[in-house]
Amino acid sequence: MTEYYFSEEHEYIRKENEVFYMGISNFAQEQLGDIVFVELPDVGSTFKKGETIATVESVKAASDVYAPCDCTVVSINTTLEEKPETVNENAETNGWFMCLTINDETQLKELMSQDTYTNFIQNVS
Amino acid sequence: MRYLPHTEKDREKICADIGINNAQDLFHVIPEHIRKKAVLNLPPAKSELAVERYMQNIAKKNIAADDVSFFLGAGAYKHHIPASVDMIIQRSEFLTAYTPYQPEIAQGTLQYLFEFQTQCSRLMGMEMANASMYDGSTASAEAVLAAFRITRKNKAIISGNIHPQYRDVITNLCTVSGYKTQTLPPRFMNDEELLEVFDDDTAAIIVQNPDFFGHVNDFSTLAKIAHEKNALLIVCTTECVSLGLIKTPGEMGADIAVAEGQSIGNSLNFGGPYLGLYTTKKKYMRQTPGRLCGKTVDSDGKTSYVLTLTAREQHIRREKATSNICTNSGLCTLAFSAHMSLLGQKGLHTLARINHAKAQKMYKSLSQIPKVTIYNSTFFNEFTIQLPANAADIVDRLLEDNIIAGLPVSRLIPDNPECNNLLLVCATEMTTDNDIAFFANKLQNIL
Repeated sequence: MTEYYFSEEHEYIRKENEVFYMGISNFAQEQLGDIVFVELPDVGSTFKKGETIATVESVKAASDVYAPCDCTVVSINTTLEEKPETVNENAETNGWFMCLTINDETQLKELMSQDTYTNFIQNVS
Repeated sequence: MRYLPHTEKDREKICADIGINNAQDLFHVIPEHIRKKAVLNLPPAKSELAVERYMQNIAKKNIAADDVSFFLGAGAYKHHIPASVDMIIQRSEFLTAYTPYQPEIAQGTLQYLFEFQTQCSRLMGMEMANASMYDGSTASAEAVLAAFRITRKNKAIISGNIHPQYRDVITNLCTVSGYKTQTLPPRFMNDEELLEVFDDDTAAIIVQNPDFFGHVNDFSTLAKIAHEKNALLIVCTTECVSLGLIKTPGEMGADIAVAEGQSIGNSLNFGGPYLGLYTTKKKYMRQTPGRLCGKTVDSDGKTSYVLTLTAREQHIRREKATSNICTNSGLCTLAFSAHMSLLGQKGLHTLARINHAKAQKMYKSLSQIPKVTIYNSTFFNEFTIQLPANAADIVDRLLEDNIIAGLPVSRLIPDNPECNNLLLVCATEMTTDNDIAFFANKLQNIL
């Protein structure tokens, strides 16, 4: 079973077979334009909700990506080193940034569901 | 001639428009006690000719480096600059102090910056270079800040043998950015001692080669020690001509190598403007401060040059930019690049050999003076000597014979009594054998 959780900063967490993947939403990649580089954290590093966890560089901007909840980085998507455009192509599937462990899963309830997020971005744009 | 365009009426209107009584009101945020109360004591206006005469008389108080026997180095070096360098940099196409703000329109400027980067990379034995920084000291500070970003650690160790003014710039920029620095004592430290100075918070160690006292070192082991501790080795150089002869920072395993580039193509200029060279490993490209020039092809497939990776910079990334120095020393960089192109690899090597040979000659002459002890066992074109009396006093006395004998170390390290009798002396291709003989002779007479 696959579940998505979205933050107001346009990060998502995808829960798939008890693994948490994190990335930026399809809406976010559209807004950023051609992505040329994704700077990812070290495996094993821990972040508190709201801390800068990654940086996405597009042709015209470099944007911070924030941790949607308290987490530890388990692995990173090494595909993005060579093919950052994967984020443009499949932001919410193959374009994931990293896998996380989340100690306090109740924090996920503070994030938006797929439907709520769809409404949210309609109001944003 | 009026120097200020605003009339009293203009001022009144400006004040009324922005809602203040007088210009003084603008300074209310500055505490009263630190404001200068005295009115500037300026003479009445003079004619242009009178001002020129007045200024020329002031200028005459300077002692020009070319008019004396000159042995001063310590971060600024007197070298020969071919007339062709001046001819090239004065071409009107190049007349801008900066990288242009609409850069791609100036392909010539971008091309020489690209060539400059290639020259710097080769000179330092590193994989990549930026389009220059303000000077050697700010390049050093930027290197340390880059190390903090790369390692995500917050403490830098500064060698005690680094130029004291470089140390001050590094410490200042790190402190205001919220980082810690630790300065080591000014002496040689062996590997065991160095291992102990690293802790878990150490992002980098910065060392100088040849160091402030002129010693030439091989930091290969230090690079290994630093890397074992997940820290970076930064090597800085104040005399970049030395790189024509000695082992490069790249060969030693340095992660970032920076230098003052004044020695190539730029005159002493009262201490500036100069140019900082900044080189690093390709994997640290995105943490490199400042401008980077890239080579690409345009829509017709023709070679063209661009400013690249600008998304890291302050005009796009604002307060999260890699650096707030996102410009470079354009004209000084051009002079460096022009001179380096004229020298070529062989020419640089020859120039470096001449410098070292002159310093060796000076070493021989000075070491024959009974009361002089040479402090160095290694050197490139400058070294430190120990005198039997206060070095600053001796320098003053030699000035009477038109000799600028070098830098009394106490001038830059004033708080250490051990430095009082130390004199840092330098010889370059500009130093004649007569200069050296004259200096040695006069020094011996004084002592």
